[in-house]
Amino acid sequence: MRARQKRLLLVAIGMVLLLGAVALVLSAFRENLVFALTPSDVRAGKAPQGRTVRLGGQVVPGTLAREADGLTVRFVVTDTAENVDVHYRGVLPDLFREGRGAVVQGALQADGRFVATEVLAKHDENYMPPEAAHALEAAHRAATTAVRP
Amino acid sequence: MIVEFGHFALVLAAVMALVQAVAPLVGAARASYGLMVLARPAALAQFGCVVIAWGCLTDAFVRADFSVRLVANSAHSTTPLIYRITGVWGSHEGALLLWVLSLAAWTLAVCLGSRRLPLVFAARVIGVLGAVSTGFLVFMLATSNPFVRLLPAAGEGRDLNPLLQDPGMIIHPPLLYMGYVGFAVAFAFAIAALLGGRLDAAWARWARPWTTLAWVFLTAGIVLGSGWSYYELGWGGWWFWDPVENASFMPWLVGTALIHSLAVTEKRGAFRGWTVLLAIGAFSLSLLGTFLVRSGVVSSVHAFAADPARGSFILVLLVLVIGASLLLYAWRAPRLGGGGHFGLLSRETTLLGNNVLLLVVAASVLLGTLYPLALDALDLGKISVGPPYFEAVFVPLMAPVVVLMVVGPLLRWKGEAVRALRRFVPGAVMALVLGALGVLGVSRAAAVGWPGWRTALGLGLAAWVAVGCVQLLWERIKPPRVSLPPAAWWGMWLAHFGVGLFIVGATLVGSLQSSLDLRMRPGESADFAGYAVRLVQVDERSGPNYDALAATLDISRAGRPVAVLHPEKRFYRTIGMPMTEAAIDVGLFRDLYAALGEQLPGGDWIVSLHDKPFISWIWAGCAMMILGGLLAVVDRRYRRGGRRR
Amino acid sequence: MKIRHLVPLLLFLALAVLLAFGLSHERSALPSPLIDRPLPDFRLAGVEAGKDKGGGGGEFVPAQMRGEVWLLNVWASWCVSCRAEHSVLIGLGRQLPVVGLNYKEVRGDGNLDARGLTPEMELSLARQRASAWLAAHGGSPFRATALDLDGRVGIDLGVYGVPESFLIDRAGRVRYKHTGPLTAQAVQQELLPRIEALQHEQK
Repeated sequence: MRARQKRLLLVAIGMVLLLGAVALVLSAFRENLVFALTPSDVRAGKAPQGRTVRLGGQVVPGTLAREADGLTVRFVVTDTAENVDVHYRGVLPDLFREGRGAVVQGALQADGRFVATEVLAKHDENYMPPEAAHALEAAHRAATTAVRP
Repeated sequence: MIVEFGHFALVLAAVMALVQAVAPLVGAARASYGLMVLARPAALAQFGCVVIAWGCLTDAFVRADFSVRLVANSAHSTTPLIYRITGVWGSHEGALLLWVLSLAAWTLAVCLGSRRLPLVFAARVIGVLGAVSTGFLVFMLATSNPFVRLLPAAGEGRDLNPLLQDPGMIIHPPLLYMGYVGFAVAFAFAIAALLGGRLDAAWARWARPWTTLAWVFLTAGIVLGSGWSYYELGWGGWWFWDPVENASFMPWLVGTALIHSLAVTEKRGAFRGWTVLLAIGAFSLSLLGTFLVRSGVVSSVHAFAADPARGSFILVLLVLVIGASLLLYAWRAPRLGGGGHFGLLSRETTLLGNNVLLLVVAASVLLGTLYPLALDALDLGKISVGPPYFEAVFVPLMAPVVVLMVVGPLLRWKGEAVRALRRFVPGAVMALVLGALGVLGVSRAAAVGWPGWRTALGLGLAAWVAVGCVQLLWERIKPPRVSLPPAAWWGMWLAHFGVGLFIVGATLVGSLQSSLDLRMRPGESADFAGYAVRLVQVDERSGPNYDALAATLDISRAGRPVAVLHPEKRFYRTIGMPMTEAAIDVGLFRDLYAALGEQLPGGDWIVSLHDKPFISWIWAGCAMMILGGLLAVVDRRYRRGGRRR
Repeated sequence: MKIRHLVPLLLFLALAVLLAFGLSHERSALPSPLIDRPLPDFRLAGVEAGKDKGGGGGEFVPAQMRGEVWLLNVWASWCVSCRAEHSVLIGLGRQLPVVGLNYKEVRGDGNLDARGLTPEMELSLARQRASAWLAAHGGSPFRATALDLDGRVGIDLGVYGVPESFLIDRAGRVRYKHTGPLTAQAVQQELLPRIEALQHEQK
């Protein structure tokens, strides 16, 4: 009987711990998930203002500009259907180029600018980050369906 | 010709592996001596074949034989010799060959080290290893043959990815793979025990040093990878919760649980089913890690061109190996029997608690890694799970692990009365005082009021570990004891102490680090974190296969020179890829880290500076864990224990 | 056998199903939306200069390939993987006509600052670079090479990485797309059977 009680107690403690862990995981998920969006999603208002999201697409050639301080850069990310202005202060990754894919993480401001806190580029040179590829693909699919129903 | 010979050796290795799998397992089932003794020679032959294949591939790389596709893809005639040799495992095919080579090496070690094990048991262990090896060799030959020729031969090769042209990358993959694959030995021991129905203290004593050694390799591999990303990726982070990092961290968590669970199985005969499950789990997660990295199922900064054929193959392999072993577990585990009883307040309970918690942490890391995949598969949108999630889950779950880690060794086996807890009161008070002092120090140093609960928790835990380790040492060697503890005990002590150091480093670098991106013109100075940084000049420099712009940064403090740093911006000629090469002034209490950014129109440079206090403590803590593991492996008791039987 | 001992197996099987799902999903996401649709029309300058002064001799339009089964290969001299597939393309050029679509020869090269160039300068620089590269890598596998200087055709084609190859039938429809460098194996297993089938198809 005592051994049984002890076992029950252990199982109960284990259950409480496990439930606690599940609660922790769920709340962490709720607060820290980052949605990966395309410029079309952002234009369609799917990006909650002020919340961190990821934006993937292609950097439009000729749009990369530096502000006077030399550290703040602006560029336009496109999925070929819609464009989003991105502002970023900091050092761009080695593989960041105009005309190539990029993924930026940050938040959409009230004035429609996207202020990035992080600019990501892949280790490999010849492929776009999947999020960027996905954005172009999705926009392309939308465009093709619209033109040729 | 040598290349074809290597290919042939690989095919032969697969045949040998098949013999090594089938003969001993069938022999053990039928009690056929003749079949069982085939295990060792077959394993030896398999090892020989894999080494020959490896040698042939290395030879092709050294000769820069661009008629081999793999060589043409990851070497160039100007690539330095050392990176041509390590370029062997810079690609998917070569990495798999390294995987198989590690497995063959472990098998060889098991063959040599298992002479005192009962023949049936040793045959089963070697047989299971052979089965795993067969799977991987067939996978390699079918989808990722490293010896494929390129016709016509390329005149010149692509270079090795510059990120991999680094000393850290020379040894990181082999160590990591030795760790991953080392868990195959623990796995084989577990399967052999399930097949034979024998799982006792002697079994645990055999399995322990192997498992610990695998854990040591895995730890070293992860630490090197982390150090590599710290100085090679150019922005001073040391852990990113990237899917590929997680893939190596999950087996580490379960492997850590396993080495502790094995301790209980050896000393008290308890947790048998649990230990077996953890052994299967640790290896399964190693396989899963291989799958995640190689199939491109999850996106990661470690880009590998996705290849669904390879992915499907590994998935099938995964299902066969893990599915079969878990089925075997479900079938045989009830026969393993329970172990010794223990009280609620006992070393067993704390170890069980830690085991469960480590497993929960591993599960939450797995969940975070695969959640984007699950949502995407269900077409619920694309999301990414970043470091904030992992940190939010990891820290609160690991805190009780650290608390129990200190309590466990101070408690007795079987159980104690509740009043034993009084022994922890002085230590807890001391840890609180030390932690509070630490928090005060941090808030002074960072000039903030309250440095945040995470800093407070980290410093409190670190103090708790330090005080606990001192208390443990005292209780172990205080008079009238005369004998010194054995090596394995010191190993445990050192590893636990290393965890304390690690926590100090990780906490302080998190709360005190600062960074600054600057626009500088040569000759200009700037203040950063109490230092004066002067950009002296930027020179052109050229390496064997790259051109570089190297900056000279004079760092001084209060007029006294501290260091001269040379961060570089390299441009690899063949692959056409720029690379930031950071420069670090390493110190006991802080690292100064500098990276060179782009040149701005007008001749100014972007310079990125990072102050990383106490980051060396992270590496020091990990080094102590590794050293502790090694001490536990070499403990004479385990070798003698094997001899007695 | 007790139920609780089966729990790990069931959990693992659920995980395996998820992974299989992930694998097949990844694959289904890859095919181009253009498959079985007509190749978007375009008109681009070719690599050979001079001819087009007289009225479009050096230009390329897909219509001129009507009636043939052909391969459109997207490449650039700055693309590293293109080097790897070059020899494969030369071999493939003996089986069917291959047309090169040179993707952003100048602007795509991150090491060049193309902003100050006039369109004429960009065109001649692209021609120079593209033909020099072809000459240096064992000759051109292409029947014609079109220069997509601003990448607009690339966008129409949904190109998201160089190199990529499109297999086009006699009627000018895209029938197959290969992403990434062509390997001898990919040609053998994926392309050649399809090429043969298409070549036997009626116009």
